Amino acid sequence: MIKLVLDVIITSLIMGGIYSLIAMGLNLQYGVARVLNISHGEFVMVGAFVTFWAYKLFGINPLLSLAICGPILFVIGLFAYRTLFRYLRKSSQSVDIFEGRSMLASFGMLYIIQNIALLWWGPNVKAYNFLNYPIHFFGLTLEANRLVALLFTLVVVLVFYLFILHSNLGKAIRAASQNEASAQLLGINVHRVLALCFGLGALLAGLAGSIISMMQEITPVMGFPYLIIALIVLVLGGTGNILGSLIGGLILGGVTTVVLYWQPDLTLVVSYAIFALILIIRPQGVLAR
Amino acid sequence: MDTKKAFPKKWLLSLLLILILATLPFYTNPYKIVSITSILMYVCLTVSWVMFCAPTRYMSLATATFFGVGMYTSGILGEILPFPLVVVCGGFISFLIGLLTGIICLRLRGFYFAIFTFGLNELVRNSVVWWEANVSGTVGRWVIILESMTIYYYMLVIVLLTVLVAYFLRRSRFGLILYSIGESEEAAAHIGIDVTRYRIIFFAVSCFFMGLAGAVMATKWAYIDPRIAFNPVLNFTPVLMALFGGVGEIYGPVLGASLLTAISEVLLSRFPYYYMLLYGIIFIVVISFLPDGLVGLTRKWRKETTDAIG
Repeated sequence: MIKLVLDVIITSLIMGGIYSLIAMGLNLQYGVARVLNISHGEFVMVGAFVTFWAYKLFGINPLLSLAICGPILFVIGLFAYRTLFRYLRKSSQSVDIFEGRSMLASFGMLYIIQNIALLWWGPNVKAYNFLNYPIHFFGLTLEANRLVALLFTLVVVLVFYLFILHSNLGKAIRAASQNEASAQLLGINVHRVLALCFGLGALLAGLAGSIISMMQEITPVMGFPYLIIALIVLVLGGTGNILGSLIGGLILGGVTTVVLYWQPDLTLVVSYAIFALILIIRPQGVLAR
Repeated sequence: MDTKKAFPKKWLLSLLLILILATLPFYTNPYKIVSITSILMYVCLTVSWVMFCAPTRYMSLATATFFGVGMYTSGILGEILPFPLVVVCGGFISFLIGLLTGIICLRLRGFYFAIFTFGLNELVRNSVVWWEANVSGTVGRWVIILESMTIYYYMLVIVLLTVLVAYFLRRSRFGLILYSIGESEEAAAHIGIDVTRYRIIFFAVSCFFMGLAGAVMATKWAYIDPRIAFNPVLNFTPVLMALFGGVGEIYGPVLGASLLTAISEVLLSRFPYYYMLLYGIIFIVVISFLPDGLVGLTRKWRKETTDAIG
């Protein structure tokens, strides 16, 4: 029994950490840059495949791949924002219209990224063996890769949170998310900050994908469920609230893991039901002030 | 411009089009009828999406849900009831679920309404998957098969009905109410409009037509499962088609849906591997460069010519 509880707790932390990463990324993209990025899950997928590829082709350690994946995804995100979304922003009369158009455009992006991946890597499920041996501690047996994933997820989440809290860029991002006009008055180049936010969002999704690939099989269509999860966490934690996404991710990770152990087929249904309930009862987010 | 003079011409053109469509099976091959049926399906979905979402500016991303409800109704009731009744049932069940959805998401606006409806489709799809795996123990169902000609005529009647309702709704008192909700919900409430009631009713009305289309189109697939019936792509396609055509006039969505379906059929047959990729590119191009759709383009063009003349 204790073993089961410990197992559930560790799985919850791993899933929760990954959900937090992805959701914080989406929160930067929607909460700050106002792009409800439907292709966010595809960034997760690209991160997973880049890691897989680096390992298979060049034998690069997946943990080192984190340092490769991050910048690649950051550049992809930055490029997408500076070409497509900045153009849409300039040509939309209001923020509401921009939100609608950018969401639809990002759905087009989902198609493009997913199909490039399908053409490139094929539709088959892929996996690699990384640290795939058991570790025993406190009478508990765990695969080493899961332990490493847990560690790295928590480290990335923490580093990113401290970055948002204390660095100058982090402060600029928070200022832009609270009030764009005032941020501009304070001498913050808002357009640059928004582009960086979109890039950082893609970076976080990529890192999450990289970590996921260490433990699970990957396919070019794996991204969509992660988008939904990120949306649920976004609603749970409130848009623009980075700490909310962090905590929301951990909560959702816990809930889905418990459901996974109890009734595996219902995992998705329960997450959507939570999502619908939160939207109906408290649309501004449970953790929002 | 003299608008009164333009009316008979418009009506005459529409009548001619209907006549051509009604007699089409007599001089085209069956393969073309199947393609045109799928065009009709997208016209129906797009027009019913535009009916509610364009004037009120509530972006619903649950077209697939109500279409899928229609399909499943057809799958479940297909062998019990005569087919015309099945189609009507599909519409009414969609209508009821639309009502329920409207009541549930009363307080949601803007972005939250969009993602709620988007999540609703996933919720319904995964619930049906779970139901089939654990309760009924089946995966998917068989639907009664109809001749492609029969399906074509059913779809034609449904499309005509949808377009007529959309057309008259737009020019009626209720159309004005919906537009006033879109302009400013508070202001509409202040002048005594029961905003909530009209929002719920007309959302459900638009769902009714999606359900009708689903019930008929299910017979084309012959076999349905949750992934076919509640395909999330179908949540976005009507939005794209409406934007492509432009929502300013009733012929906008009709034109947009017909052209885009035709284009994607050609792409699918020419480039089966790159089809989805090309579709994504079309999506982005339409959204970036055609903000008011084809209707906007023709209006702009007309304005420019009248400016040049005057």
